[in-house]
Amino acid sequence: MAGSTLEIKDLHVEIEGKQILKGVNLTINGGEFHAVMGPNGTGKSTLASAIMGHPKYEITGGSIHLDGKDVLEMEVDERAQAGLFLAMQYPSEISGVTNSDFLRSSINSRREEGDEINLMKFIKEMDGNMDELEMDKNMAQRYLNEGFSGGEKKRNEILQLMMLKPEIAILDEIDSGLDIDALKVVSKGINKMRDEAFGCLIITHYQRLLDYITPDKVHVMMQGRVVKSGGPELAKRLEEEGYDWIKQELGIEDETVGQEA
Amino acid sequence: MTVETQQLPFDKQYVSQFSEKRNEPKWMTDLRVNALEQADALPMPKPDKTKIDKWNFSRFKHEAQGQTISSLEELPQKIQSFLDIEKKDQNLVIQRNHTVAYSSLSQDLKDKGVVFTDIFTALSEHSELVQKYYMTDGVMVDENRLTALHAALMNGGVFVYVPKNVVIEEPIQSIFWQEDDEAALYNHILVVAEEGSSVTYVENYISDNEAEETVANIVTEVIAKGNAKVSFGAVDNFAKGTTTYVNRRGVAERDAQIQWALGQMNDGNTVSENVTYLMGDGAHANAKTVTVGRGEQKQNFTAKIVHYGKDTDGYILQHGVMKESASSIFNGIGKIENGASKSNAEQESRVLMLSDKARGDANPILLIEEDDVTAGHAASVGRVDPVQLYYLMSRGIPQHEAERLVIHGFLAPVVNQLPIEAVKNQLRDVIERKVY
Repeated sequence: MAGSTLEIKDLHVEIEGKQILKGVNLTINGGEFHAVMGPNGTGKSTLASAIMGHPKYEITGGSIHLDGKDVLEMEVDERAQAGLFLAMQYPSEISGVTNSDFLRSSINSRREEGDEINLMKFIKEMDGNMDELEMDKNMAQRYLNEGFSGGEKKRNEILQLMMLKPEIAILDEIDSGLDIDALKVVSKGINKMRDEAFGCLIITHYQRLLDYITPDKVHVMMQGRVVKSGGPELAKRLEEEGYDWIKQELGIEDETVGQEA
Repeated sequence: MTVETQQLPFDKQYVSQFSEKRNEPKWMTDLRVNALEQADALPMPKPDKTKIDKWNFSRFKHEAQGQTISSLEELPQKIQSFLDIEKKDQNLVIQRNHTVAYSSLSQDLKDKGVVFTDIFTALSEHSELVQKYYMTDGVMVDENRLTALHAALMNGGVFVYVPKNVVIEEPIQSIFWQEDDEAALYNHILVVAEEGSSVTYVENYISDNEAEETVANIVTEVIAKGNAKVSFGAVDNFAKGTTTYVNRRGVAERDAQIQWALGQMNDGNTVSENVTYLMGDGAHANAKTVTVGRGEQKQNFTAKIVHYGKDTDGYILQHGVMKESASSIFNGIGKIENGASKSNAEQESRVLMLSDKARGDANPILLIEEDDVTAGHAASVGRVDPVQLYYLMSRGIPQHEAERLVIHGFLAPVVNQLPIEAVKNQLRDVIERKVY
């Protein structure tokens, strides 16, 4: 198997004392696209934030390993340098730092000192990717996410993904707030990343994103756990029938976190 | 001459001799002597929430000569770094201690009637013009003891005069280099932009006195006549030993614009006032200042815009970074006078704290005496946002570098507005030095 492997075992996560994840197991190999689906409030975004190391989330049990290395022992920047990437649902706005300077610092942080990316090469690559994502060129010189519309922020996250070329990417609700044209553009960018080494975890509660990005595996989260896994046919069935049949099958009344069966 | 008490030993005789030695016009000698006579009776300035009674305003040397230079290459590297020395036709004055070391103005601007010269040359060559604006519309001699002492002891500065409808594309630049560690700078900057003219002026203050104490007492007056446009940039970087009182005052007439971009990077105790009077209808002022406080430094910054004319627009932005045990007060004041209808006063004060011991207060004040106006303010004091750091770090940027990016970004509004690339880079370097 080419590429990296991200292995999540029995992950327990709290936010402000409230238990959100209650034992998540998930393995993503290079070359695979996984989708994590589920209604709102079931812990999907918490999973994404916990993997990347968001300061508000506390890991209370379980483990995350990337190619055998303990991710939970790493600082946030070390996780990125090891090859993880999270396209965020709500990216921060940072005034005074241009998009382009930020991207260049990010790329260089994964390279050795003295081996910084060539400026012309960087500009060419960024221009190409911005064309691909149908982004206005002046966005390179605008301050990072400042005053960007919802759709512009999402495109900007995917631009970073394309520029940074991580081993494993997590896309947290990258489809929310996008109209159908924007969704197609963003999907095109993500699909371009697909190769035998790149692994991707797509978090969404709409099936429609999966019309454009076909996952190899689909997982359903409820009550802070993965309750069902399957192939692309699982996503199709969810689109047609919703989540109720799973709840019935498993005897779940309320799928949100904090409600026990 | 060095003095040891808060009571200054400069008497009438000293001041008039100082003036006569420079062949100043009689009005100036009189102004100095009158100011000195008033000084003792006037109160010290009272900056809100900062006690300055123990600060040194009296121990300093009043006169210090500096060497002149015949070419910019003779300057040490640290001064050269403020300049684009390759450039031909420099519009540049370098003041070294109290000597004009270098002075140059392009022939083109001379032909158009532009004056850019040190204040003493201006007093002898353009006496009437200077007299008309010198402490008459901007800062008054009798505002407080320090403004009176400034008037009495003025020992440096420049005069900029832009005739009607002359538009100067290239920025003009002054460098005030206090090479003598004990030399005080009573510097006076007078910028007069006649109707319809436009000018960009940038200045740098530099000193190295870590242990030696001295004083900087600076008055800047910018007069923008109808429809004139003045863009004023500064990087103040006095060392730890200098106590600074700096007054930068603008007067904008009808449809005039004054833009301030002030990098206030002193390492010593500082009181800074930046006030703009929007006198004429349609006048506009934009006052942006950034600062970094460190060590035991105490600073007090007031940015104030007073609206007299109708349909005037004032925007204040103050951003400060406080580290170690530094303490700073930021007063933002928007004042709309009765009759200044349709005016708009906006302000934003933000302080970023990098240590538990640092102190920062942002005091937004709106004083409005007219109904038909708009006004707004935003103020915050806080730490670097951990979620912002998380976002930057999630792309592989180490924490230290992420903090650096956030801080530089926070101070960017002034850095980006400085019109000379070398000065911009200098300010970035100073920020880098002060923050890390």
